[in-house]
Amino acid sequence: MMNELSPGLILIIGAALVPIFRGYARSALMLALPVAAFALTLSLPHGDHGQFELFGLTLTTVRVDGFSLIFAYVFLLASLLGMIYALHVDDTLQQVASLIYAGSAISALFAGDLLTLFVFWEGTTVGSAILVFSARTDRSFAAGMRYLIVQIVSGVLLLSGAALLYVDTGSIAFGTIGLETTAGILIFIAFGIKCAFPLLHNWLQDSYPEATVTGTVFLSAFTTKLAVYALARGYPGTEILVPIGAAMTAFPIFYAVIENDLRRVLAYSLNNQLGFMVVGIGIGTELSLNGTAAHAFCHVIYKALLFMSMGAVLFRVGTIKGSELGGLYKTMPWTAGFCIVGAASISAFPLFSGFVSKALIITAAMDGGYFWTWLVLLFASAGVFHHSGIKIPYFAFFAHDSGKRPPEAPMNMLVAMAISAALCIGIGVFPASLYGLLPFPVDYVPYTVEHVVTQLQLLMFSALAFSVLMRTGVYPPELPSINLDFDWFYRRFLFNAARALLDTGDRLRARLIDIINRQLSRFMSELYRHHGPSGLLARTWPTGSMAFWATFLLVAYLVFYFL
Amino acid sequence: MDKPYDRKYWLDNPRNVDRIVWLVYGICAVLLAIDWFVPKHGPFAIEHWFGFYGIYGFVACVGLVLAAKELRRILMRPEDYYDE
Repeated sequence: MMNELSPGLILIIGAALVPIFRGYARSALMLALPVAAFALTLSLPHGDHGQFELFGLTLTTVRVDGFSLIFAYVFLLASLLGMIYALHVDDTLQQVASLIYAGSAISALFAGDLLTLFVFWEGTTVGSAILVFSARTDRSFAAGMRYLIVQIVSGVLLLSGAALLYVDTGSIAFGTIGLETTAGILIFIAFGIKCAFPLLHNWLQDSYPEATVTGTVFLSAFTTKLAVYALARGYPGTEILVPIGAAMTAFPIFYAVIENDLRRVLAYSLNNQLGFMVVGIGIGTELSLNGTAAHAFCHVIYKALLFMSMGAVLFRVGTIKGSELGGLYKTMPWTAGFCIVGAASISAFPLFSGFVSKALIITAAMDGGYFWTWLVLLFASAGVFHHSGIKIPYFAFFAHDSGKRPPEAPMNMLVAMAISAALCIGIGVFPASLYGLLPFPVDYVPYTVEHVVTQLQLLMFSALAFSVLMRTGVYPPELPSINLDFDWFYRRFLFNAARALLDTGDRLRARLIDIINRQLSRFMSELYRHHGPSGLLARTWPTGSMAFWATFLLVAYLVFYFL
Repeated sequence: MDKPYDRKYWLDNPRNVDRIVWLVYGICAVLLAIDWFVPKHGPFAIEHWFGFYGIYGFVACVGLVLAAKELRRILMRPEDYYDE
């Protein structure tokens, strides 16, 4: 009976109970919900459950297999960690939104058909947008509106694609879709938007850094990884995903190097990490798809950890701009330490989680003979160490001493970071624990002399490059600035184009009114000339005028008559 | 009372920072030296060149930073660029 219930619904239904409780009771509820959903997930047998008919369509609300389970485990873990991190928050709106958001994301994973997927896809949109709005600043409002528009476009495309697919095939089951049909392309773009494909990516860097301290931790976990999951379901082995993913790994790191807002740096590196997963989907072998799932699992945890540490800095200092930070390790040593663990994990240092997951994708690329892709992935691996592994901890906690002496992060934040850091190291040291959860059997040994040495060479020489550039003063300093990205196209170009259009409209209207006014006033002045106080036709009395017009008409009649 | 900001930290001494940088240099030298003894099994010939991963990592990062620095000329705007 219980396996008819989608685990995410526990969080969504629980969200409705949040406003009833206060204080500790509410905190207990927030923590209990992901635990309960986790217990339910563990009890689910593989197979399709929760099926019912709606308007002749068969909906499958709980599809359980290796793929949906591993994503569900990490989403539930991220929910729990996020809840712990947000325990100090007393904001009903945010708490309800984060539960709806996490619950929708988890239920979307279990969706066995496209309509169920769409419903929860939109649930994530609503929940996440509220988390952006919850910062309650002008900037977050504007960014939230832009975010909402992009996400809704994704939802509309998904629904249109699903409808077309139903017309084509008579089924809305969510299996392998492929790019052969229009429906397939529409759904592909819908997933691509949420997955932050190049040129469709900018909502991510635009909105995540504007959300609340705790909201960004939730945001970093769900939306994009749900899209990765959906792509892996619908488009495994789709060749175009390899170059798309490779581009995603490479271009954001240039931005990450020069970006000043450290949470935005993390948003760029999030985009870069998604690229690795997308490459894995594109290659489409068991090894590469395992790599995508494993990397998504590790990524959710270390990315959340990095956002938690930067969130703690923002919470304590009030700014997250690299140009205003530095030297914080003196008073926030624990946060600094946890941040370094997250940085080592995302950089794929041996004994940290990224090392055992990213290797699956890179090895799959090598096995498949993707030479250029492999080179790009190596470049991106060095680059991610450079900007996320070194830049984030360096500019926040070390670098020049900003003189700021904030207190250490609150205890609940430290606990959430400690658990995340322990997981990062645990997975790195005991990779079998992760490999056992993967959808396909794993025949890969991450800890070989070759792999460890070559990875250390790549990373340590990247660190060498950083040291040399820093010492020689070549490294670009953190400057209070923003960088133009694709959002310039709609925030500036389209905005200006629209304004120019409106201005032209305004000018044309003014011209038209001007012409009408002039003609009217000329007509009035003519009227005045003849009928005004000194006008010809006003000199005579009305009877005279009457006689004049009668004579005029008579003459005219005679003239016409003789003609 | 011991105020944290009055304390002198290990990293406050520039000589200790130098030590860390020298440590990085040393580790790199060792990693390069043992490259001779590491068997490589990858399918791409370039991977079997001596010190490929180290050199590639170094060049990639220097290239990345220099390119990003140049990009600033085109992309960098004041913080209030979009606020009107």
